[in-house]
Amino acid sequence: MRKLSKAIARRDVQSIGLLRWLTATGHKDIGTLYLVFALAMLFIGGAMALWLRAELFAPGLRLMGPHVYNQLLTLHALIMIFGAVLPALSGLASWQIPLMIGAPDMAFPRVNALGFWLLPFACALLLATLFLQASGGAPAAGWTFYPPLSMQGGLGADLAILAVLMLCVSAALTALNAVATVFGLRASGMTLVRLPMFVWTWLVAAFLLLVAAPALAGALLLQLGDRHFGTQFFDAAGGGDPRFAQHLFWFFGNSAEYILILPAVGIVSQILPTFARKPLFGHVSTALAVFAAACLALIGWGSHMVATGLPPAGALFFMYGAMLAAVPASVVVFNWIATLWRGSLSFETPMLFALAFVLEFTLGGLAGLVLALAPLDLQHHDTQSVVAHAHTMLVSGALFAILGGAYYWLPRWTGRRYDERLGKLHFWLSLLGANLAFLPQYWLGAAGMSRRIPDYALQFTEPNRWSTVGAFLLGLAQLIFLYVVVRTVRGGRKADVRFWEGARGLEWTQRSAPRGFGAGPRTRSPNP
Amino acid sequence: MLSVTPTLRPAGGLSRLAWGVSGVFAPGLVSADYGLPFPKPVTPVAERILELHNLVLLGCLAAFALVCGFMLYSLVMHRKGRGFKPARFRGHATLEALWPAVPFLALAGAAVPATKVLLEAADAGKPHMTVAITGYQWRWKYDYPVQDLSFFSSLATPREQIEGGAPKDERYLLEADNPLVLPVGLKVRFVITAHDVIHAWSVPQLGVKQDAVPGFLGEFWASIDEPGTYRGQCAELCGVGHGYMPIVVQAVTQEEFDLWVSGQKSNATVAARKGPGTNAAGAPRL
Repeated sequence: MRKLSKAIARRDVQSIGLLRWLTATGHKDIGTLYLVFALAMLFIGGAMALWLRAELFAPGLRLMGPHVYNQLLTLHALIMIFGAVLPALSGLASWQIPLMIGAPDMAFPRVNALGFWLLPFACALLLATLFLQASGGAPAAGWTFYPPLSMQGGLGADLAILAVLMLCVSAALTALNAVATVFGLRASGMTLVRLPMFVWTWLVAAFLLLVAAPALAGALLLQLGDRHFGTQFFDAAGGGDPRFAQHLFWFFGNSAEYILILPAVGIVSQILPTFARKPLFGHVSTALAVFAAACLALIGWGSHMVATGLPPAGALFFMYGAMLAAVPASVVVFNWIATLWRGSLSFETPMLFALAFVLEFTLGGLAGLVLALAPLDLQHHDTQSVVAHAHTMLVSGALFAILGGAYYWLPRWTGRRYDERLGKLHFWLSLLGANLAFLPQYWLGAAGMSRRIPDYALQFTEPNRWSTVGAFLLGLAQLIFLYVVVRTVRGGRKADVRFWEGARGLEWTQRSAPRGFGAGPRTRSPNP
Repeated sequence: MLSVTPTLRPAGGLSRLAWGVSGVFAPGLVSADYGLPFPKPVTPVAERILELHNLVLLGCLAAFALVCGFMLYSLVMHRKGRGFKPARFRGHATLEALWPAVPFLALAGAAVPATKVLLEAADAGKPHMTVAITGYQWRWKYDYPVQDLSFFSSLATPREQIEGGAPKDERYLLEADNPLVLPVGLKVRFVITAHDVIHAWSVPQLGVKQDAVPGFLGEFWASIDEPGTYRGQCAELCGVGHGYMPIVVQAVTQEEFDLWVSGQKSNATVAARKGPGTNAAGAPRL
């Protein structure tokens, strides 16, 4: 950590050592903390995934009992979503939003620090539940926390609810900070319409998070009430309904998918123009599409509840709502293609990840459309298809965009070059691993293999085997990323401020953000 | 590893085309009773679902191919390495105005048949008979109110096959001690609830999947076209036994069904005294 600190932020060191990181409030330091923490959680959550995949390598229970399996699949989802992907996006926001809009820092630097420091405690609490096996262990009802099953959990379930509440607070603080920064601290001349696409997508995602997170917090608080204070919100015996919890959860959960994918769309919209050496096609229509997608995210939650017995009118409403999301998604993809069209393309590592994102986003989006169509969802709901779709969007989608963004901005953050050959090796292995891991799951889902089962019928063996091999390839490939980052930080060759030939945008024009209000640069376009 | 039964049969032209075109689902549609990739539908609703599925899949493949095609062309032709100079355009008002119309029309094309199928699947009115399903941790209970029959259905796979090294038989995890026996050709209405936590009753070949929610009644229906054994598994995470509560439906002719009912009745009184959990009602001998 100390060596990392010296290398990354030599230019504004105030105090050296661990203390510097504990007391940091600067947006770059907090951004680095977020990113390092997210990477650590990626490896922990990834190790859980590999353990689960190892169990699924062949039929029969060989490595663990079903209870441990259920605990791991619950924690894997929580750690990956709340501990890895969302914090990574927060880290990118903390680093990049001030740089890209010419602000001196985030609007509330200490809130920024608080938002981060809630994470290690919350995630430690989550992971600690694994060591409570005597009293039921970690939560084992899935990250969806469906009652009444979630009521059967022990102390671990309570602690996990507490941890997720903390994570909700952290996410809300980060979102508030992003909104305040974008509205209050833009450089003069940077109107909302001129916001770089990464900042715009984060702004929209932040609003969506502020609307959606209270629903999750509410669902969890009501569950705590049911568990310990004699309420019966989700218990039919007292006039409650377990499906209320599902409505609340998916109002959040459906939005969460968009919260995680929209900033990824923003990252890719920064990378593609850089390596196409051509401005983003249709800046305004892309921005409007992102906003429309966020609005539609709020009316699609029932598409996750097709088997709960919604009345036909309700099922149709949610079906149309979820289907409509394909319209803004298509607009964004069309604009990306038009951005590439007649550009002058080169294929450095960030570009490779961005291009893969476009294809995987299209694939995962089309799979999402199949799931949105309620009659088809009768076949696919709660099968491996849903696992495949979610992972295409979150791994081949959000994670690839984050990795691309990391390679893209690493020279800007560290002032050093990364190893392009290793970066490309990392990309190709990740691409191969991810598709080998997730494509067979579409097949398994179509054939009717349920999700969240530790053991399966014999005809599902072959695709599961491929999926496990792919997952291990994907996981091991991330060690290359770790090595590349460490080597870049510790001794990469010096890089210019404007590292990429085609890079436009404020973050590439100055070594350090200006100090003090009103000292910022002037700008007339998102790509000056 | 494909466990294909003797009823192996190719599917219709369109569906075979759809599956064939997509490399991912290459082997085409076959009717294993619970096989890969898409189980053969045996109810009118399941058939309509598969038709719609194939239609949508073709549309998705076309869309994906178009995206790939345009991108590939750019990636090959517009490379910096070929000395291609970048154009300067940053938008196109007409094109951008047309963008949303393309997916919207395609969606409308899918929404119309999807709405029809959904409404058909939701209409459980005027049934010929009713079966009540109750989900337990971790087995199913089936009640035939008119025939006055009631029994539990649990996993029949022996423990040694799951945890031990005993060789796994062909119906590993998909065999139940007492299957649900239904007559073919009748509209069967199911009402479903649960005893403890939420379960989901799902049989892909029947095109049904319905949550069993404690304290509430769900409703769905199926009208099975041809005799056979159709299998599924619990679809909603319900605890440690979630992977171990198979659903086995045995569709038989009306005469065989009546025979089975009378056979059950003769030993039902004995079964009732033993209490729940006993497997008094044996599988029909057909």
